[in-house]
Order: sequence, then structure tokens, then C-alpha cells
Amino acid sequence: MTHLQVNLSENRMRRQKVLRRALSHRSFVIGFVGVGIVLLLAILAPLVTWHDPYAQSIIDRRLPPIWYGWFWDDPLATWNHPLGTDQLGRDYWSRLVYGGRISLFIGLTATLVSGLIGTTLGILAGYFGGRTDMVISFLITTRLTMPVILVALATVALFNSSLMVVTLVLGLLLWDRFAVVTRSATMQVRSMEYVTAAKSIGSSTPRILLTEILPNIAAPLIVIATIEMATAILYEAALSFLGLGVQPPLPSWGLVLAQAKDDIFFAPWMITLPGIALFVLLLSINLLGDGVRDLTSPEGR
Amino acid sequence: MLAYVLKRLGLGILVMLAVSTIVFTLTNVAADPARTIAGEGATAADVEAARIAYGFDRPIPVRYAEWLANVAQGDLGTSYRQRRPVADVVAERLPVTLALGLAAFALALALSLPLGLLAGLRENTWVDRLALVFALVGQAMPTFWFALLGMVIFVVKLGWLPASGSDTWRHFVLPSVVLAYYATPTLMRLTRAGVIEVMKSDYIRTARAKGLRPGKVVLKHAMRNAILPLVSVAAVQLGFMLGGSIVVETIFAMRGLGYLAWESITFSDLPVIQAVVLLIAGIYVLLTLGADILNAWLDPRLRMG
Repeated sequence: MTHLQVNLSENRMRRQKVLRRALSHRSFVIGFVGVGIVLLLAILAPLVTWHDPYAQSIIDRRLPPIWYGWFWDDPLATWNHPLGTDQLGRDYWSRLVYGGRISLFIGLTATLVSGLIGTTLGILAGYFGGRTDMVISFLITTRLTMPVILVALATVALFNSSLMVVTLVLGLLLWDRFAVVTRSATMQVRSMEYVTAAKSIGSSTPRILLTEILPNIAAPLIVIATIEMATAILYEAALSFLGLGVQPPLPSWGLVLAQAKDDIFFAPWMITLPGIALFVLLLSINLLGDGVRDLTSPEGR
Repeated sequence: MLAYVLKRLGLGILVMLAVSTIVFTLTNVAADPARTIAGEGATAADVEAARIAYGFDRPIPVRYAEWLANVAQGDLGTSYRQRRPVADVVAERLPVTLALGLAAFALALALSLPLGLLAGLRENTWVDRLALVFALVGQAMPTFWFALLGMVIFVVKLGWLPASGSDTWRHFVLPSVVLAYYATPTLMRLTRAGVIEVMKSDYIRTARAKGLRPGKVVLKHAMRNAILPLVSVAAVQLGFMLGGSIVVETIFAMRGLGYLAWESITFSDLPVIQAVVLLIAGIYVLLTLGADILNAWLDPRLRMG
């Protein structure tokens, strides 16, 4: 019994040490807080907004954000619409908060799809090598050769531009980095002693792949997941901005930016705000990924 | 060396075949070319007539084989929208995209090489931090938003640059900067990492120990070796820029391949879409092939393996 207790407290100490190190890593903390805020706002959207993001109002068109009242005494700027309104009189704050939901949904779902495809291909190529590796490497090269934005745009637009199609197309296109990293990471661990040990006690191949290999290559996969999530969010915004992605009236940030483009002369805040939202989310995800990479790399430990 | 080049070339051709299959199938499954040709407001009978007249009633593999045979002979088909050979339409638009891509690439290298070198030599100082922030901002900055901000400042407020078009060199300034910033972070980080690694190596210590001037050590010994991994990544980045220029070209209404692709996509002009994708994929294959050959020439160790 005493032995077990010692082990437990040792475990707890190690966990505390990991936590302390994570908390002292600046980019990890900033990224974590940034992603956390966007995630919370997206989940709590109905509680933190007080206007319907789709409700139009002809008399409230292009109201300026609240700081126009502070600095330029603009009487139109009120707390009723803290970030102003768009060209159809829709509340900008509500549209941006609900737009965050779209970005996060696409980022998470597309990454899940591409992660499944890429990890499966990579782990098979890395573990079996030989002919399997040749075929899968060829698939990876082919995928890398296709210009992603162009192919995504064409496919989404030709099928039909809906949230689901955009998400699926991005998921089916962005698996290459997962595959490349999983493949080389698997190659590194496949001849480790614990894999040989698992083989010698008669573990089945799927079991070895899932319980011996996968947990040991998880760290780089998490880093890739953050990169691909940022990429998927960025591409969705670009597709929607070009008018070939998510369709109106959905408040996708890229679409909101495209609609604000015509007001570039008179209402510059309308292109500034959605861009800042997108920039902050992408920056936070990238910082989080950098943090995870530093914290899990062997030198960092 | 020749065997290596031939092997890589063969792989490139196979990859191009695979890409063409995917692109042809995808576009033809996604859109109905007969409907596009019959035009808007066409009746079901008109669409059916167009389908038979152009042979779209035959299965996709048959049409693919026919299309591929034509492409192999240099015939890329006829644009549905402009009713003239796709090769002419594409050739007209290629120079703008190449000029934009190369200008942006040169700018990206001119920014990222010195910055990466400086950051790597002065690791963990304020120069390094500043370069890191510059890279982080560049990675998170959506190209189209950066383009819009640039427009607000340099076109709307200051009036220094024209808003759209691709007629004079002034039209290329803003788009090149926007496109260059997209590629700079990757190149800069790689240069920095390469420099840091190389400066720790034995031959740098030897070069220093025998009393070479620091400038010479850095330029002749360190930079040359740090640049090796950069060659293939730079080729990939140039390929990405040519493919990604669709966003920039559309925003600035530049008459290049990207803008052509966007117009063709909104019009379901399949032969043009296929040709643009194939062309960009082909350029990418040639670029990576060139980078591999260059690397093998720079680093004899690769040639043997």
C-alpha cells in the first residue's frame, strides 16, 4: 500500500511539473487563452449577443462602432450596437460572434476528416514500408502537386457552395501534412523495443498500430492538427470571400469581409473588424501549436 | 546523375497523369457541361441536344481518354465561354501570373534570407524576437485581408497606387508585396533554423579557429550550407504562390491565370479550369524536379543515395 501511495504522489508531482512548465511558456498561454475566448464566445453566442445576427433593419444601416462616440463624438455610436451595424443594418457584434461558430466548426471538422485520412495512410506507409509505402508516397506527391485553393474553389463551386461541402472538400484535401509526419514518425518508432516486444507476445497488427505506435507519435500529430485547423479556417474564409464558399446570409468572416468590401471608402471599420477576428483566431491557434511543439519536443522536456 | 534525373522525370509524368485523372473526373462529376454549353434558360431538350452533340452522353472514362489523347497532342479543347482554343486563352493570361509570382518570390527571398540570417546569428536577442513576431503575424494574416488593408492605405487614403488592373508595373507593387508576405515566414524560419544549426557545426569552429574573418565564415561557410534545405522549400513556395495567386489576382482584378480560373469557375467553363489546374500542377512538378537536381548538384551525398 505504501508503495502505491509513493507512486501516486510522484505522478501528481510530475503532472504539476508539466502544468507549471506549460503555464510558464508564453506562446502556449497566449494561444490557449485566445482560442479559449473565441471558443467560449462561440459556445455562449446566444448569451453574449442581444441581436439576431440575421435581423435586418433599414434605419440602422452602417452605424459606427462604440469608439466613434468616444473619440469623434459620433451620436450614432451606442452600446446597443457596440461594433456597429453592416450595410443591411445587422448587428456586427452578433454577426462576428456567430461567424466564430462557423470558423471553429469548419476548422474542427475538416481537421478531423483530414487527420483520419492522413494518419491512417501515414501509419500504414511507415509501418509496412516497401510497396505499401511506395503507393502511399505516390498519393502524397500527387496531392501535393494539386494546387489546393484552386481545386477547392472549383470543386466547392461546381458541386454547390454549402457549409457541408466546403468542410468536406477541405477535409479531403488537407491530409498531406498529417500523412507525411505520421509516416516518418512511425518509421522512427517501428523498430523500438516495445514494438518488438508487442510482436513477440503475439499482438495483432491493428493492436500494435493503435496501442503501441499511435500513442507514441501523438505529440507531433497534435502540432499538425493545429496547423491544419488554422489552414482550414483560412481557406474557408478565402473561399467565402471570393463568393464561392459559404453562402449568404451565413455570417462567415470571409463572407462578411466580402460584403464590407464595397464600403471600403466610408466605413473602414467594416473590413477591419472581421479581419481582426480572423487574425486573432489564426494567431492564437498557431501560438498554441508552437507551444505544444516546444513543450513536447525532447529538448524541451 | 542521369539515371536519377530520368527516374524523377518518370515519377513526375506519373503524378501529372494522376492529377489529370482526378481533375477531369472531379470537374465532370461536379458540373454538367451540357447545361453550361446550352446556356441559361435552356430547356431540358436543349440541354439534351447539347449533351449528344458534344458527346457528353458517353461515360467519363471514355471522354477522359479522348481528352488526354488531345492534350498529349497539345490540344486543350475549346473554352465554353469564349468559344476559342483554351491554349490561346491560357497563354494570354500566363505572363501576368508569372510576373506576379516571380516578383513576389524575389521579394520574399530578399526579405527572408537577410532576416533569417540575422535572427539565426543573433539568436534570442531583440532582433530574433522581432523577426519571430514578423513571421507569426505573416502566418496569421489572411492574404485577402492584407490586400484590403493595403488598398485602404495606399489606394484610398494615400492614392499612391492604382486599385485594380495589371497594365503597368505600378499595378504589380501591392499584389506582389501581399503575395510575398504569405511566403516569407516559412522561408525565414527555415533560414534561421539552418543558420543556427550550421553555426554549431565543427567546420565553422575550424574556420573560426584558423582565424577567418567572421563575415567570411558566415557568408562562405555557413550561408552556403544553411541554404541547402531552403532550395526545395523555396521551389514548393513558388509553386504555392502561383497556385495561390488566385486570391490576390481576383481582388486586384489582374488579368492572370488565377483571375481566369475564378471567372471560369463561376461560369463552369470546365476545359479552362482543367487546363489552369494542369498547368499550375505541371509548373510545380518542374519546380520540384529542378530543386531536386539543384540539390543533388550542390550536395554530392544526395547523388550517391
